[in-house]
Amino acid sequence: MTSNDDHGGSLSRRKVLECMTWAGTGVLWTVAGGVPRSLGLVGEAKAQSGGFTFLQISDSHVGFDKPANPNALGTLEEAINKVKALPAKPSFMIHTGDITHLSKVSEFDDAERIISQARLDVHYVPGEHDVIDEGTGKLYKERYGRGTKGAGWYSFDANGVHFVGLVNVVDLKAGGLGNLGNEQLAWLEDDLKGRTASTPIVVFAHIPLWVVYPQWGWGTDDGERVLGLLKGFGSVTVLNGHIHQIIQKVEGNVSFHTARSTAFPQPAPGSAPSPGPMKVDDDKLRTVLGIASINFVPGQQRLAIVDSPLKA
Amino acid sequence: MKRALLGAAFLAGLLHLVLLAPPAALAEPAAAAETTVKIDNFTFTPQRLTVKAGTTVTWVNEDDIPHTVAATQKAFKSKVLDTDDKYTFTFTTAGTYEYFCSLHPHMTGTIVVEPTIGGGAAP
Repeated sequence: MTSNDDHGGSLSRRKVLECMTWAGTGVLWTVAGGVPRSLGLVGEAKAQSGGFTFLQISDSHVGFDKPANPNALGTLEEAINKVKALPAKPSFMIHTGDITHLSKVSEFDDAERIISQARLDVHYVPGEHDVIDEGTGKLYKERYGRGTKGAGWYSFDANGVHFVGLVNVVDLKAGGLGNLGNEQLAWLEDDLKGRTASTPIVVFAHIPLWVVYPQWGWGTDDGERVLGLLKGFGSVTVLNGHIHQIIQKVEGNVSFHTARSTAFPQPAPGSAPSPGPMKVDDDKLRTVLGIASINFVPGQQRLAIVDSPLKA
Repeated sequence: MKRALLGAAFLAGLLHLVLLAPPAALAEPAAAAETTVKIDNFTFTPQRLTVKAGTTVTWVNEDDIPHTVAATQKAFKSKVLDTDDKYTFTFTTAGTYEYFCSLHPHMTGTIVVEPTIGGGAAP
């Protein structure tokens, strides 16, 4: 693929994003047989009976107070209030990292105080902002690392779905992207061994596991190896954060999706000099922050991801 | 005679100044070089910097996002630098130092340290 093609691709993707995010609404996607189908706007989405729903929040950056959002703790609280107001209680929540901005004890404390108000189990993976304490992730692991391996990776099962939380933000190499490392990949291979091909798999990690935009470091160097290990499974969903905007694609049996941040937006790939926090008009901010809800219907190999902004 | 007296007073004054100056200035009068690398828009500027041994380099983070300065060969590593935070390192040994931001590893830079005249590369 030439760089011109890349450019064209990101432009059209941006157009799609504009429709999704700047109209200030979310779109409900259903993926059936690898073909995504839009079902309409969030307000029209009906809870599916017999399935189960979990939520994804990401990039809360507690402690961030720069012009792009002087009160990141406040918008996290708004997101959690949205969760509390849901008509049907989700089964649990995942947080795809960058809980804090600077890995400070006070930031972890504030995040915990707000997120716990949702009264849901929360499964975390760290972002690079959560492992910049003196102990390189010691504070994160003390809080969220119980029962995890290495820098904090783990798996669990819920309602017949196998969930895998991966860590791709530690031991990063100069000039590289996100990194999982051999130890984690060997663990993953072992973890997946013996599971039937019909088991739906959800993999979540902070940095996108596929290469979104390497010029900004948006990708994972050894992410392809994860996808290789997941080849035999019929339904694979990869959920990430880090890039503070919705980008999704479907490739064969795998659907990829990144969630919005609850703190501040970042520019579309290549649309700004750098991926730094993007300042938008104050009345627009809540339309580009939000949460995601993921619904599974057993036996149908189908999942629906609904992205809801803090304010339509 | 009067001129000689003035001359002596001038010399005494000079001596006084020299004695008051800190010892470091006496030891290396020309080696107080300092320079700055700016961190802005996820980029180190200048990305490649050549200095003489003994130069102190200060990195300043002007982004709204924290960064670090970490030598690939581990000769130096800053703690995390929030907005406007600085990190300073004095390069005493000649050589080429590649470094990167350990949070955003696509951000890379190079400091080339040249030996001072008569100095040569230290161990």
